[in-house]
Amino acid sequence: MQWHYLKRRIVNFIGIALTLIATAFTLFWLVWILTTLIGKGWQALDFSMLVQDTPPPGEIGGLRNALVGSIMMCLAGVAIGAPIGVLAATWLAEYGRGTKLAAIIRFVNDVLLSAPSIIIGIFVYALIVLKTGGFSGWAGALALGIILIPVVVRTSEDMLLLVPDTLREAAAALGAQRWRLIVSVVYRAAMRGMITGILLGFARISGETAPLLFTALNNQFFSMDMSNVLANLPMMIFQYAMSPYESWQTLAWAGALLITLSILAINLSLRLFWRDAKKGH
Amino acid sequence: MKFNEFKQNAANSRRMGDVIFQAVTKACALFLLVLVFAIGWQLVVSAMPAIKAFGWDFLLNESWDPVMGEFGAAASIWGTVVSSLIALIIAVPVSLGVAIFLTQIAPNFMRRPVGIAVELLAAIPSIIYGFWGLFVLTPWLAEYVQPWIYEAFGNWPVVGVLFQGPPMGIGLFSAGLVLSIMVIPFMASILIDLFNTVPTQLKEASYGLGSTRFEMISKVVIPYARVGIVGSFMLGLGRALGETMAVTFVIGNAHILSPSIFEPGTTIASTLANEFSEASGGLYVSSLLYLGLVLFLLTFVVLICARLMLWRLTYQAGGKR
Amino acid sequence: MLSIATNPVVNTEEKIKLKTEGLNFYYGKYQALHNINLELAENRVTAFIGASGCGKSTLLRTFNRIYNLYPEQRPEGKIFLDGRDILDKKQDINRLRAKIGMVFQKPTPFPMSIFDNVAYGVRLYEKLPRGKLEVRVEEALQKAALWDEVKDKLKQSGAQLSGGQQQRLCIARALAVEPEVLLLDEPTSALDPISTARIEELIDELKGRLTILIVTHNMQQAARISDTTVFMHQGRVVEKAATEQLFTNPHHKQTEDYITGRYG
Repeated sequence: MQWHYLKRRIVNFIGIALTLIATAFTLFWLVWILTTLIGKGWQALDFSMLVQDTPPPGEIGGLRNALVGSIMMCLAGVAIGAPIGVLAATWLAEYGRGTKLAAIIRFVNDVLLSAPSIIIGIFVYALIVLKTGGFSGWAGALALGIILIPVVVRTSEDMLLLVPDTLREAAAALGAQRWRLIVSVVYRAAMRGMITGILLGFARISGETAPLLFTALNNQFFSMDMSNVLANLPMMIFQYAMSPYESWQTLAWAGALLITLSILAINLSLRLFWRDAKKGH
Repeated sequence: MKFNEFKQNAANSRRMGDVIFQAVTKACALFLLVLVFAIGWQLVVSAMPAIKAFGWDFLLNESWDPVMGEFGAAASIWGTVVSSLIALIIAVPVSLGVAIFLTQIAPNFMRRPVGIAVELLAAIPSIIYGFWGLFVLTPWLAEYVQPWIYEAFGNWPVVGVLFQGPPMGIGLFSAGLVLSIMVIPFMASILIDLFNTVPTQLKEASYGLGSTRFEMISKVVIPYARVGIVGSFMLGLGRALGETMAVTFVIGNAHILSPSIFEPGTTIASTLANEFSEASGGLYVSSLLYLGLVLFLLTFVVLICARLMLWRLTYQAGGKR
Repeated sequence: MLSIATNPVVNTEEKIKLKTEGLNFYYGKYQALHNINLELAENRVTAFIGASGCGKSTLLRTFNRIYNLYPEQRPEGKIFLDGRDILDKKQDINRLRAKIGMVFQKPTPFPMSIFDNVAYGVRLYEKLPRGKLEVRVEEALQKAALWDEVKDKLKQSGAQLSGGQQQRLCIARALAVEPEVLLLDEPTSALDPISTARIEELIDELKGRLTILIVTHNMQQAARISDTTVFMHQGRVVEKAATEQLFTNPHHKQTEDYITGRYG
């Protein structure tokens, strides 16, 4: 009896210790990756990077073209994906609630949410690039927009469902039509959360590389022409990291640090904000 | 009253608004269905030349020779499956441990910061993992970890064959490890949500019978969430199968089929990433798209199973969806 | 007033504002209302009482067809507003709701300023110039006895008001549309006694200007503010009578049991 009891306590202790080790193991990688990024990228990162373009091998340059291209494509991706996502979520949460079709669409959306981004990349490649005969910023933006849609659908629907039905009833009781009450009352109530979701989606697509390989490709030079190949940060990191030139690799580290810090900053601030938005209702 | 007339006109003109708005939102929702079918359809159409040329043999043929125009997916599929399995072997126990720690064991003040740190790890773009993996992790593995594993297990019968080859760092093992680091936070955060659905009464009832914490977890929490746990693992598998950038950097991109996990290899996604931009010739591109189709089917089957498992559990847990 | 109260159902001088005929109501397969036949007088306060789940709120929700938001809910039978059947398919539902305002159990301020809250309904129907709109909003807030408390902070969010003020804001919002009927669904059950008293005073002031239907679980409240009281039980109307009569001399045993607190 005594021994049995002791054994249970030992098993308990070991089990708890193992979960602690697993957590430490996970955090260990986070710390290692971040310290590497800061160590290698920090001294390379300076203001001149923002005004110079990516250089030929051996010369000094910056990230301006890649940064501008990335921002343009991500904004265009949000412009494509966010409205579709919000409207689809609106149907799911408002009109389709409880229907079988809505359940199916929600399921498909969840599958798309975790689908590999490279699949979207080659889809847009086969659909647009092969047919129009060229890589372009628009194709890249479309791929990013498609990746964004399920993210926005998911978060927007969650936020719309948090809006109490009494608010919908109150607006309807005043004689507001369905669309009117959705736009003027429900959207307003869910606004903060929906914007948070879109920004999280923006953070997600801004680091996507795989789909751009097949769509926007990359461009050594500064360009704002979305109908042609467009420079962007993830592709720049990919190509320069794989290059044999040390100056290019350094630039890639700087780009990697920049992109990671921006994404983590967006995530961190939104997660604090997000909790408030959820609590607010 | 003049007023009432005005009200009526306004009402009539607004009735169309609702019809249009509902139609537009529904069209957007249906677009999601269309999208999935369009992806499958487009890939089949674009891969058709290669499907006609190679048929099912494509899946079993090991050689990938753009010069001779001979393409087979076996090496890529092998690498995809092996690297994902390595990732899961590491990530399953670790993510389970993290989720248990954060939901059942950690004191309250630790849960939020550690939880956020795990989520941040999940938010880091995959290219960063690949970049870091190539420049930091693989040299470290080649120097410290792989020789040690080889020493310990290399001479074992059967198992030993897994660890043959020079410790270069680059290869299936490294790809699997990097994948596991990516997949752990992803799976852990799903598991955390899952464990939070376990009713407190159940846990209290278990403690009430004198369970230790570990007994409560292993006999109540885990059995309760069983199906969902498997679903989370499959979701992680789907993620690992299709992951591109993290793998492309560290796998070595060699179209060879080797039993050793220390040898370089390739995955479907990394083959696509490496060769697309330089692919010339209709059959080459078409074969790559055929590979893409294989990946599409593979991941979607896994993801659909995963979502069904998770969906069933959340449905049981009170229909919150 | 008293003469009306003693014989309200067959009173010939009284104009009937709302009338139901054979009204049934279903939540999916569950029938919540059974054959309701009621006549409600214009510009009077009618209270609906009964144990929770008796269908009093459901009945109220049929008069402005708010159930329309939920596909699985449907009525059967007829409801006449000024002699026109509002359950008819041709009835414009939004016009109906302009005539029949509603205030809910919990205050429902919209996520916008106090001014915009009150102007919300008005803007749905009329394009008023700013000046006229301001007058309408002020009038509505005056009627809801909220004007003095909020006149200096019309731009603030409605959510920043106290619970009682929020409820009066919702009443002002409903009144701003100038409805003919006002439905109050347990409007004070989420409020403290002082706020409740203010709302009751308000109902008293509005009496005579529009038809008020109020659902309440509070019998004293029904007795205090209504002209007529309807007692419901398990989806049926058990008794409808002048309030004084219903509370002092109910015809039905069930009514008596309820008002004397033997159940419910």
